[in-house]
Amino acid sequence: MDYYAGIDIGASTTKAVIIDDNREIIGHAVVDSGADFEKAGKQAFDSACEMCHCDNPDEIIVTSTGYGRNNVPFAKGTMTEISCHATGSYHYFPFTQTLIDIGGQDSKTIKINESGKRTNFKMNRKCAAGTGAFLEEIAIRLKIPLEQLNELAEKAEKTIPIGSYCTVFTGTEILARIREGVAVADIVKGIFISVIKRVLEMDTMDGNIVMSGGVIAHNPYLVKMFEERIGQKVYVPPHPQLTGAFGAALYSINGKGGFNA
Amino acid sequence: MGEEKKAVIKKIQATGQMKKIMADYFYDLDNAAKDDSQKVAWCTSVGPAELLLSMGFKVYYPENHGAMLGATRMASNLIPAANAIGYSPDICSYLTSDIGSYLKKQTPLSMAYKGIEGVPKPDVLVFNTNQCRDVQDWLSWYSREFNAPIIGISTFCNIGDVTDGVLSGIVHQIKELIPILEKVSGNKFDIDKFREVMARSKRCSELWKKVLETNTASPAPMSFFDATIHMGPAVVLRGSDTANDYYELLLKELEERVANKTGAVEDEKFRLYWEGMPIWGKLRNLSEFFISLNTAVIASTYCNSWIFNAFDPDDPFLSMARAYTEIFIVRDENYKEKYIEDIVDRFKLDGIVFHDSKTCPNNSNNRYGMPERLAKKLSVPTLTINGDLNDLRCYSEEQAKTNIEAFIEQLDSK
Repeated sequence: MDYYAGIDIGASTTKAVIIDDNREIIGHAVVDSGADFEKAGKQAFDSACEMCHCDNPDEIIVTSTGYGRNNVPFAKGTMTEISCHATGSYHYFPFTQTLIDIGGQDSKTIKINESGKRTNFKMNRKCAAGTGAFLEEIAIRLKIPLEQLNELAEKAEKTIPIGSYCTVFTGTEILARIREGVAVADIVKGIFISVIKRVLEMDTMDGNIVMSGGVIAHNPYLVKMFEERIGQKVYVPPHPQLTGAFGAALYSINGKGGFNA
Repeated sequence: MGEEKKAVIKKIQATGQMKKIMADYFYDLDNAAKDDSQKVAWCTSVGPAELLLSMGFKVYYPENHGAMLGATRMASNLIPAANAIGYSPDICSYLTSDIGSYLKKQTPLSMAYKGIEGVPKPDVLVFNTNQCRDVQDWLSWYSREFNAPIIGISTFCNIGDVTDGVLSGIVHQIKELIPILEKVSGNKFDIDKFREVMARSKRCSELWKKVLETNTASPAPMSFFDATIHMGPAVVLRGSDTANDYYELLLKELEERVANKTGAVEDEKFRLYWEGMPIWGKLRNLSEFFISLNTAVIASTYCNSWIFNAFDPDDPFLSMARAYTEIFIVRDENYKEKYIEDIVDRFKLDGIVFHDSKTCPNNSNNRYGMPERLAKKLSVPTLTINGDLNDLRCYSEEQAKTNIEAFIEQLDSK
């Protein structure tokens, strides 16, 4: 059986996925991207290979994606994360959809038609609001471990509006809420609502809605809140953080080996 | 993989001649500024230049200098100096980089042309607000600095039809400039000289249009990025035989390319429209990037802005008013959409890239839903990238390139 891989080097984390002929994920890994993308890509790939006990990693066709897509010397081709997320999501949800991916450094909305073709996409502008970086910044400010945000938001009793447009302004807005004695859990929920608002102002929500990305993987309550906000079910792929890497692996299996191959 | 595909920009042979005539132009201006008997007028790029030339002024265009500050990537270091004296980073970065350049006494002119120490001192400054209000504020600063008179034309904005009512107001304003220009220049206005300059400008406009229209061929012989450089003579030398001779030369070369099926982009696969301002500091970078994606960016509103169909030497005032008022940037959304639609159709384009230029709202046409409307109407995909004409602090190269590459992948999967 042949194996195929996708490596997604994002601004925050690097993801590797190995799939078999049946498009099943048999190995995967997530590592910090750090300051050496090439090293991170290799590390993630090696870990994923180890997971599926692959003896001949050199024979695996690799497609790389993400900001560091050109930093994987052993990749046969590259595709942008926009294409890879779309391909990865459509594999699980083969219908017309608006895919929302919330990554470490950027958020994107991708429109996919009934045959899986992309018809449009948008990325957030220069500002980090509505991205993982925004949540990281707020967690630091509130002195809360990042992994506790989800649990705290779930415990919130009130909805605190956080209206600012940029991360720095939000930081000062939070200081005001702290001064007023607002519970930290309520502030965190307010922050989640802020992320949702930033996404909703990026594009219209047409067809079925799918959410992916690291922020979704670690904060499933955000999906629930999003569903409540739009009054519609939100689909989430099995490994939301790996959607881009999985999509890249599908490009490998399709024999295209990437756009530049 | 490991690195992006290398791309080579095909050199346009006429470039050497263009550099020569541009150098001659700047030395001529510099000499005039040092000679009391010659008068220098500063003029907005789509301003009443023909009138000034006919009255004997040497004409300098600050917007051209602004573009040079962007292209040489000097702008980002100079803008903060203008910000510090009260000009916001959110307003025109031509203005802020140019004023910053003056304050810090740094100009690309002195780097490119030995012996030129600075921009030529103005005897009069003449604006037309057809492009934006910023040009008036920009020239006003220099008017105060040099204690030189500032005069100009306030053009209507967002107009649909260019009606007689609109034009009569503009004609009146142009005529009102004359007594002041006569006083500063010491020359009497001569309608025959005005007609002569208008005739040469008309020819320049016709030739420039033909140059741009060569890109209806497939493969297209010249990229948008090339065109932004080669439009220099149409901006600063229109009204002269020098500009017309140059465009005859360039046109010949491009027509040869068309005949030989030599494209600006090897293996041209996709053809795109660039809407909005260039990102001056990234011209080469973006040019090479699009070439690496086998994509030709070959039509634009920006380069077309120096086509003045209306020029008519027989009716110089009215035709100048019409020519400088019927340009794209002055018009309403309906006109703009039809204009782009026509070009997408004639140039057989596969997509439209909108540049949302942070400090140039007047020439960023994505902000009122146009990309979405055009995508639906023309069934042509659109992409918006965030950037700026001069302020590279507003531009994320990684994000822009990912967006462009993803857009090409989208076209490729159709």
